[in-house]
Amino acid sequence: MSESVAARLQGTGANALELDGVARHFGALVALTGISMRIAAGERRAVLGSNGAGKTTLFNAITGDFMPTAGRIKFFGEDITDLPPHERIRRGLRRTYQISQLFKGLSVLDSIFLACRGVSRRRFSLLRPAVTDVSMAQAESILNAVHLEGDRDTLVATLSHGQQRQLEIALALAGAPRFILFDEPAAGLSPTERRDLVAILNALPKHIGYIIIEHDLDVALRVSDYVSMMHNGRLFKEGTPREIEADPQVQEIYLGGRHG
Amino acid sequence: MTAVVSAPGAPARPTVIDRIGAAHIPLAAVLLLYPAFASDFFLTQIGGYSLIFGMIGLSLMVLAGYGGMVSLAQITVAGIAGYAVAILGLNNSGVHGFGWPWWIVVPFAVLLAATASALIGWIAVRTEGIYTIMITLAIATAAFYFAQQNYTIFNGFPGFNGLRAPEFWGVNWRDPVPFYYLCLGCAALAYAAVLYCSRSTFGLTLQAIRDNPRRMRAIGYHVTAHKVFAWFLAGLIAGLAGVLLIWFNGRVSPGTINVAAAINVLVIAVIGGLKHPVGPFLGAVVVVLMQTFAIDIVGAERFNTLIGLVFLAIVFVSPDGLLGLWSRLKPHLAQQPLRSGP
Repeated sequence: MSESVAARLQGTGANALELDGVARHFGALVALTGISMRIAAGERRAVLGSNGAGKTTLFNAITGDFMPTAGRIKFFGEDITDLPPHERIRRGLRRTYQISQLFKGLSVLDSIFLACRGVSRRRFSLLRPAVTDVSMAQAESILNAVHLEGDRDTLVATLSHGQQRQLEIALALAGAPRFILFDEPAAGLSPTERRDLVAILNALPKHIGYIIIEHDLDVALRVSDYVSMMHNGRLFKEGTPREIEADPQVQEIYLGGRHG
Repeated sequence: MTAVVSAPGAPARPTVIDRIGAAHIPLAAVLLLYPAFASDFFLTQIGGYSLIFGMIGLSLMVLAGYGGMVSLAQITVAGIAGYAVAILGLNNSGVHGFGWPWWIVVPFAVLLAATASALIGWIAVRTEGIYTIMITLAIATAAFYFAQQNYTIFNGFPGFNGLRAPEFWGVNWRDPVPFYYLCLGCAALAYAAVLYCSRSTFGLTLQAIRDNPRRMRAIGYHVTAHKVFAWFLAGLIAGLAGVLLIWFNGRVSPGTINVAAAINVLVIAVIGGLKHPVGPFLGAVVVVLMQTFAIDIVGAERFNTLIGLVFLAIVFVSPDGLLGLWSRLKPHLAQQPLRSGP
């Protein structure tokens, strides 16, 4: 267990994210209800659950893609419930998407450069970025971190699925993130690419916390230090990866019965 | 941070010609020397007019090609600058004509047009796709009828006439050769600015918003603000073209900004192609040539049919316009024979 989780459990650590009674309804459909959770700074949390459990809706509520119907969200102590998405991003919140959301007409480097610029004051600059530009240097560094340095000038539309997933992560790493929401980053990846993904996540600086939604338990349990289970729009169990893996109720709902 | 090492065989540092683009040099030479072999008619009615409409098409290309926002209000924006020049400068209509000097009127008119464009954009960016076209068409139509029915500001149906390009630096800019170079200078400035800015932070931002606005929000961009700024910049180009247009016509009236003119701008941009700033200028040359000479080929009653058929043929063969046609032909032209001679 990491120090941050220990601090959270003792109630002394600063919380990166606090959710109090967050709910989201789509007409009569209750996608989320009564979600309350505390995630310490630097903590790495997995959120598991079957399809339709409300995991991605939870992410959308946190990032502001959908405003919650009820409840409050705090990010590093600040209430961000009513802030638009871009304001939340500027405070250090990032996300990736279950289905890659990329800029098909741009090159890989330009995409990451824009992600670095998104939180700077020079977003409206009509000047071309210089080779020595800070954002460009950051973009090059992130390019290396996600192993896309060989494709820096490749058009995003021509990248393979695995490379597009790497770029998804690269966009979330840009511009000094403090907390990242990873939505099924391993979806559709080969075993080799999954190993690379685990290495990338484990190599993230320790101060960057995240929540990862992942159906691949091998990946989810190896990159998280605490796990929350969701079912039918509710949180129903939390624990360490080992506790969750061994829990018979979790196995019943998520894995369709005892395994191993 | 990992050091970035140039890959072996990486291209050398670009030369000045690489930076400018080799194709621009012969193009610039032809355009600069055009007055040497063109008659006054070809200089203004074809050359100047194409450059002016190319600029208005360019303002649409910025919005549609880079920003994914198809506007039918670009001629309206140009018209706002035109009316501002007529009202604040001198005209022969006996209405308004405050007689402000051109060096105050022109920047003011262009900024007014750009501000109006930003306002139109602010309304239009709430919509997407076909709805953006519809809302800008509604704005263009409303502006036309307002100008036609309002005599207090716009002098209604007749509008303003007697508008002339100024004389300064000892040159009468209304004369064919100076006016052509004036249009060429403004068009080249607008073209170079768009080409340069397409690779600037804002240019990349606009293209990224076109591709995926949701992701842009998720990396910290205020998508609406960026779109509205794009409308402002496009308004600067359309406004400048509007000033040249009314100097070219010598008048501005509701007919300058009617729906037919609005659609003409769209046709110019689509025929030329929206993927590169040169597209609208190519489109403008084709449209202006067709509008000028189709009547000589098939007579007064059928010339619009011929124009329509040519446009249909271009779009049918190449949905990306003339630029798309060129990009399809280019590989074939560059293809080397598999075997050299016998």
